[in-house]
Amino acid sequence: MNHLLRSLAPISDSGWKELDDEARQRLAPALAARKLIDFSGPHGWEHSATNLGRAVALKSAPCDGVTGAHRRVLPLAEVRANFELSLSELRDIDRGADDADLEPLDKAAHQIAVAENKAVFHGWKGVVEGIADASPHKGITLGNKPDAYRRPVAAAVERLLQSGISGPYGLALGSEEYQRVVEGAEHGGYPLLEHLRKIIDGPIVWAPGVGGAILVSLRGGDFVFESGQDLSIGYEAHDAETVRLYLEESFSFHVATPEAAVPLA
Amino acid sequence: MGFDQYHEPPEELPPATRTFARLCASLTEEAEAIGWYEQRIAVETDPEALAVMRDAQGEEFKHFSMDLEFLLRRSPAWREIAEGVLFQPGDIVERGEEAEAETLDGDGADGEAGYPAGSLGIGSLKGGAR
Repeated sequence: MNHLLRSLAPISDSGWKELDDEARQRLAPALAARKLIDFSGPHGWEHSATNLGRAVALKSAPCDGVTGAHRRVLPLAEVRANFELSLSELRDIDRGADDADLEPLDKAAHQIAVAENKAVFHGWKGVVEGIADASPHKGITLGNKPDAYRRPVAAAVERLLQSGISGPYGLALGSEEYQRVVEGAEHGGYPLLEHLRKIIDGPIVWAPGVGGAILVSLRGGDFVFESGQDLSIGYEAHDAETVRLYLEESFSFHVATPEAAVPLA
Repeated sequence: MGFDQYHEPPEELPPATRTFARLCASLTEEAEAIGWYEQRIAVETDPEALAVMRDAQGEEFKHFSMDLEFLLRRSPAWREIAEGVLFQPGDIVERGEEAEAETLDGDGADGEAGYPAGSLGIGSLKGGAR
């Protein structure tokens, strides 16, 4: 048994399969950062820090005649979303029910996906420096009229090219902006989504948790998400009616090339 | 031909599983190449040709080792068993049985795509969006 303690939960094998499948289905569409940046790992729950390859000189030394330096590392952060399920719903899954109420799991999956997106794109104070925070580029105004999105997105592409950052590029759009783009059509009826894809020569992803939009280079090596334990469901406790579970992951995020992204708001 | 490594419909497989399958196929190919060079070296008499083939076989040793290390990094249970078998003295079969028993008790077995048990095996989604 590993630290997730799954075998202690009053959940059958088919119940666990249903929960894992449901979580995957809910998480995959919302995990925008993983669609655009490099993913390293998973390196395991025991993995605690990312090597930054840097050291800071120390003022003190153990004795005369020597110098010292401290290695700099990026500690991994743990993120957990707790949820509670009804045991009677889980028993119904064992009976073959295909409409079990897994709403708490769905909500937790969305929350942890939002947390990951926010940490990567906008940062997590004192823990993670996000892509938008690290970018040296002045934010470009996106506005709230989707038919005017082409110019700022094209301007963002031009800014990356001016900085020597090659494509293809990917565009993370916040929920509201994504909806506007999907609904939008230009004069003549050409879908805005397709036009933006042609401008950036890459994917446009729904990124819940992102405010506005962020254009990033997909060439690789600019942004690294290091996974310790990838997203997993673990067991916490249960009583006669409910079981308390959680979705959890550990990760660090590091911006290697701050100029490889342009925020739009 | 190019997609023979998939045993299930590729479109139904998560990206991490497809990557895992690609490296498994690569590992197989490197092992085959090592075996082929071994046979060629066994029958070749020209010293110059032998030197070339020994050098080429060395390349395959390296490729096989890199493929294996990648797969072991993605599969903690496989790694744990391998640690009990590889570079260990004594009876190989005995070491293997012991390592398997120690690793696979309870839910220590791998989960999705060689990830630890309980992991959803999502990994990278880069390249899957449009």
